[in-house]
Amino acid sequence: MIELLFWPALLGYGEAALAYASPRTSRAATWGVRVGWLAQTALLALQAARADGFPWGSWSGSLNLFVWLVVGAYLIWGCRPRYRLLGLGVMPLAAALFVVSRVGGGTRAGGNAHYSNLFLVLHVGFVLAAFAGFTLAAALAALYLWEEDRLKRRAADILRLPPLGTLERLTWRTILVSLPLLTLGLAAGVVRLRQESKGLDALEWLTLGTWLLYGAFVVARPAGRRAAYVALGGFALVIVARLALSAGHFA
Amino acid sequence: MTLTVVGISHHVAPVELRERVTLDADAAASLARDLGDAVCLSTCNRTELYVVDGEDPLASLEQLAGEPLDGIAYRLHDEAAAMHLFRVAAGLDSLVPGEGEILGQVRDAYEAVETGPLLDRVFRQALAVGKRVRSETAIGESPASVSSAAAALAAQVFGDLKGRRALLIGAGRIGELAAANLSSRGAEIAYVANRSARELRFGGKAIGLDEIPAALADVDVVISSTSAPETILQADLVPSRRRRPLFFIDIAVPRDLDPAIQELDGCFLYDIDDLEAVVAETLAGRRAEAERAEQLVAEEAERFRSWRASLDVVPTLASLRAYAEEIRSSELAKVRVSDDERRTLESVTQQILNKLLHLPTVRMKEAAAGTNGATYADAVRHLFGLDDE
Repeated sequence: MIELLFWPALLGYGEAALAYASPRTSRAATWGVRVGWLAQTALLALQAARADGFPWGSWSGSLNLFVWLVVGAYLIWGCRPRYRLLGLGVMPLAAALFVVSRVGGGTRAGGNAHYSNLFLVLHVGFVLAAFAGFTLAAALAALYLWEEDRLKRRAADILRLPPLGTLERLTWRTILVSLPLLTLGLAAGVVRLRQESKGLDALEWLTLGTWLLYGAFVVARPAGRRAAYVALGGFALVIVARLALSAGHFA
Repeated sequence: MTLTVVGISHHVAPVELRERVTLDADAAASLARDLGDAVCLSTCNRTELYVVDGEDPLASLEQLAGEPLDGIAYRLHDEAAAMHLFRVAAGLDSLVPGEGEILGQVRDAYEAVETGPLLDRVFRQALAVGKRVRSETAIGESPASVSSAAAALAAQVFGDLKGRRALLIGAGRIGELAAANLSSRGAEIAYVANRSARELRFGGKAIGLDEIPAALADVDVVISSTSAPETILQADLVPSRRRRPLFFIDIAVPRDLDPAIQELDGCFLYDIDDLEAVVAETLAGRRAEAERAEQLVAEEAERFRSWRASLDVVPTLASLRAYAEEIRSSELAKVRVSDDERRTLESVTQQILNKLLHLPTVRMKEAAAGTNGATYADAVRHLFGLDDE
């Protein structure tokens, strides 16, 4: 029953991923995002209601939550007509990851009993929320680079895109908001490691490196293309961290 | 009398060619006077010569261009030429349809020279068409001039122009409009550079052209619209701008800014041809209004055509009236009556003559507005023996 909600969510995201390709269908794409996200919200709510513990502790479950956070962050302002191209980057990725999550069993009911709910909420929830923000920031940075190139080429349709300065500010603000979430998530993880008297593994060192990179970004506040490259570099670390998470961080 | 327009515009000629034939106001008026009964309309987007009879104006354009303009310059006659001028004055042929600057430029070109009756009529009507289109349609409600498009592009780079500082090179009309657009979006006109170092009403600090490179470090937007014949800012004088973009808009023809500036890191340069491509993308909302404006222009063109055609029968009508008046006067002269009776007879016969000629006059003008004016005129001249005199 719960898994039936997967299909309308996937249908919405899939429709959006395709419809964003054309300006004529971008309005339909926006509705696809909204409908899909509402369906996934219902799916997550039902998972939470029926689980004994934190329902997204597995890599596939966390991927499900990650997709929901990414699309939710995108929905805050990404559905505006000028940000259509951002949807073209975000929604295919979201739809693909959502399918991967289902294949891995992340859309079923159930929880992970190895860890306490509080730790999982703090650690997984915050880290994933931060990763979702970094994903969005990377999409904004990619859009910045693409638009800057269009400006250099004096593209005729340039006024249809979001202003370059706005993209730069949004990238910085998104990272500014996401970094404290990552900090909280890491802090929860470090507290647990100290309780278990364990050292940092490779994934944790990588995540710490990601935190340092984004921290330097917030403090230095680079501008222009350099800022976009740093945001994309940080996202590359996020991808590696996500893949490592799938390989058994909670196993 | 034949009205002819020969010209090139942004539709058919690249900026490299247009900048060679662009004339300032004095040179344009001088050229028009050399051509006889003529008006020269020269803006950054077009140079057009409106001539009544006289010599072929194409040779003058080719002399300015320094090359043959066959296949590039357009040539229109009579009603087509008038229709073209009406569209130009209405802003429908402009880079940004509906833009208002062109109407003032048409007025300036017309008022700069003495014109004959045909040019006088067509230009006065063109100015009326321009006003009518602006008052009866919404095509000019939102700013859509070259200068406002330039400001929109600056906002595209920075997002918000509040707190941004601008350098204006050249303090001409378009420069002032650009400054007004930037100011309305929150930018500060920090410097105004021109040969006379004249301050503008926007409060920018007046600097000389030699101070431009130093001022670049302190501004975000540069708009250049001088009438200088040569490049006034070379790329190697632009400071590195990695942390803060520097946006250049070159709306001058000939271009003021070195095209190599576009290659510099953090610098963006749009010239007037780039603006054309950009604004063409923003016109969807104006198309409905442009269609209405085209209808108004078509109505006015029809009025001009009727007026122009009526000129064909005017000599015949004048001859007919003179012939009738001659008969009336000579017959009255044969009558021996008192002065009071003569005044009464003068009045009565004049009224009879007017009533008799009224309907033929109206019908001939109507025929002239169609296609039968010459036939009717020939018939009247034959029936009344007007050619026998």
